[in-house]
Amino acid sequence: MVAVRSRADRLVASTLRRHLLIALGAAVVLLLLSAQIGAYDDYNLTAVAIFAVAAAGLTLLTGLNGQLSLGHGALMAIGAYTTSLLLKDHRQLPVIVVLLISVVSAGVIGIAFGYAAARLRGPYLAGATLTLAVALPQVATRYKSIFGGESGLTVPPSAPPDWLGADFPPERWLAWIAVAAAVVTMLLLANLLRSAPGRAFKAVRDNEAAAALAGIDVARTQVLAFVISAACAGLAGALFAYWSGITSPAGFSLSLSLQLITAIVIGGLGSLAGAVWGSIVLVFVPLLTSGLASSVHLPSAVADNLPLAIYGGILVIAMLVAPHGIQGALRRILAIGRARREHTPGGGQKGVVDWDDPAPGT
Amino acid sequence: MEKRGEGKEERVGELSRPTLEVVDLTVRFGGILALDQVSLRIDAGEVVAIIGPNGAGKTTLFNAVCGFVRPGSGRIDYRGEPLLGTAPHRLARLGIARTLQSLGLWPGLSVQENVVAGSNRRPGFVSSLLALPSSDRIEAELASKAHDILGRLGIAGYASAYPLTLPYGVQKRVIIARALMAEPSLLLLDEPVSGLSAEDIDELAGLIKQLRTRMCVAVVEHHLDFVMAISDRIIVLNVGRVIASGTPKEIRDDPQVATAYLGEDVPTPEASSDA
Repeated sequence: MVAVRSRADRLVASTLRRHLLIALGAAVVLLLLSAQIGAYDDYNLTAVAIFAVAAAGLTLLTGLNGQLSLGHGALMAIGAYTTSLLLKDHRQLPVIVVLLISVVSAGVIGIAFGYAAARLRGPYLAGATLTLAVALPQVATRYKSIFGGESGLTVPPSAPPDWLGADFPPERWLAWIAVAAAVVTMLLLANLLRSAPGRAFKAVRDNEAAAALAGIDVARTQVLAFVISAACAGLAGALFAYWSGITSPAGFSLSLSLQLITAIVIGGLGSLAGAVWGSIVLVFVPLLTSGLASSVHLPSAVADNLPLAIYGGILVIAMLVAPHGIQGALRRILAIGRARREHTPGGGQKGVVDWDDPAPGT
Repeated sequence: MEKRGEGKEERVGELSRPTLEVVDLTVRFGGILALDQVSLRIDAGEVVAIIGPNGAGKTTLFNAVCGFVRPGSGRIDYRGEPLLGTAPHRLARLGIARTLQSLGLWPGLSVQENVVAGSNRRPGFVSSLLALPSSDRIEAELASKAHDILGRLGIAGYASAYPLTLPYGVQKRVIIARALMAEPSLLLLDEPVSGLSAEDIDELAGLIKQLRTRMCVAVVEHHLDFVMAISDRIIVLNVGRVIASGTPKEIRDDPQVATAYLGEDVPTPEASSDA
């Protein structure tokens, strides 16, 4: 920002160093955490990381670029099926290779859909992506010999490397993979969003004509956002395949797409941190509500539906209390606190807080 | 007039290549003739105002230049090269910047970011993705340039604010700052003073007089005192046609302009169009 910088500022003045520090910090904390918790919680941690990757990609597309996609579950399916096909018949491939190929395959499909999406606006785009979410799983059912039909394809787990010891829990190994993937995704997205591409995404969302006049290629920007978003979904899908051990059409139903939308809205639309909050809610609130429901002894007809009802109730309350999502509420609290400390009158007022700023740590 | 003289001298060298030349431009919206064989030129170093009653086709003319509307016939040349068919987002790189009547500020970006995004120079995708030092360096340069421009317009204090929280007068300056960030050689301003206070209008007039040494400026505006103060030349449009063109003095004394625009014996558009 300022041309003259002190030497001490230099370390954090570099975007890469600042983001790397945050990323490494998060990775270390999560790795330590994964070693403290049991296999079941490692399994849940993995789920949070997977959803965070997909939600981060979706929040870039929907929150920052204004393209509503109801079909991200289908893009996850592309990543998951790519992984499953790569590992079919117990083929051994390094995890990193499988993940990268899955990212590329979803990204390539994303180019095709991105071009279509760039021509569509608002409800038309939502409708088109909805069609994708509904139609794509049918392909797996139709071409049984390749995709395994309704019963799907099994995915062999990724065995922990030997240097971790023979009795290293595979759940923890998968959690490490998922956390590493999520951290790298967040790092790259945060880099993008605080530079020219991030501005272009938002400018196109806010006013296309003005963006074009500022020299931003509107269609290209929209395709780019779609491709990045699809690549994230592909990565999440690949991790999902490892996590669930089976890739079938039922795993990528429309409700998965809607869950992702719920996550980014609850977390705070357009914010990477919000994508993480949303994913935590997505994984842990249903666990919590089913725990609650089973602790009170009710007939099974009621108890079975109670978790969903409580979940819905929590979502409604969350949106009433925090219309800008969890991250929005946190920023607001921080802004009010800062304003109080500095005795700025009117501090923390609406509009002064940047709800949309995705840069972590700001 | 002194200003006029300067403009002429500059034009002698550039006579064969006006900055913007519009020839016989016709734009139709369905049955409505928005622009009817409009021809005009804007030469280097000129400030040209385009005036005319509502519906005269002023904004349509800008939209045709910017590629937002497709003319039925005619030609638009910019620095001797045909401009028609150029996608709107390519204009900035060619040196054409335009502000919109509706401003077009991006509410989700801070004032600083709104201005920075106006630059044609931006770090590439890969260097942004990996946050390479080159992207940081370009970002820092853009930020300090934006800071300078905001300072020159007297709104540096609003750099981190969000546009919709600001008074309208400040918003209008932000939009001009964004246009200046592109270092254009042709600046198109669509109603820059509407909604501004008298003081703000004087300041903007002063700014445009400074800018004319570096770029030519075309202004669509209703505020006649402002137009008279800043323009080297005024072009009057009425129902899609150029009805007069000349110095502010010539325009003020033109009876046809007074009839069509200044409110004396105002005819209805239907009555004045005998096409």
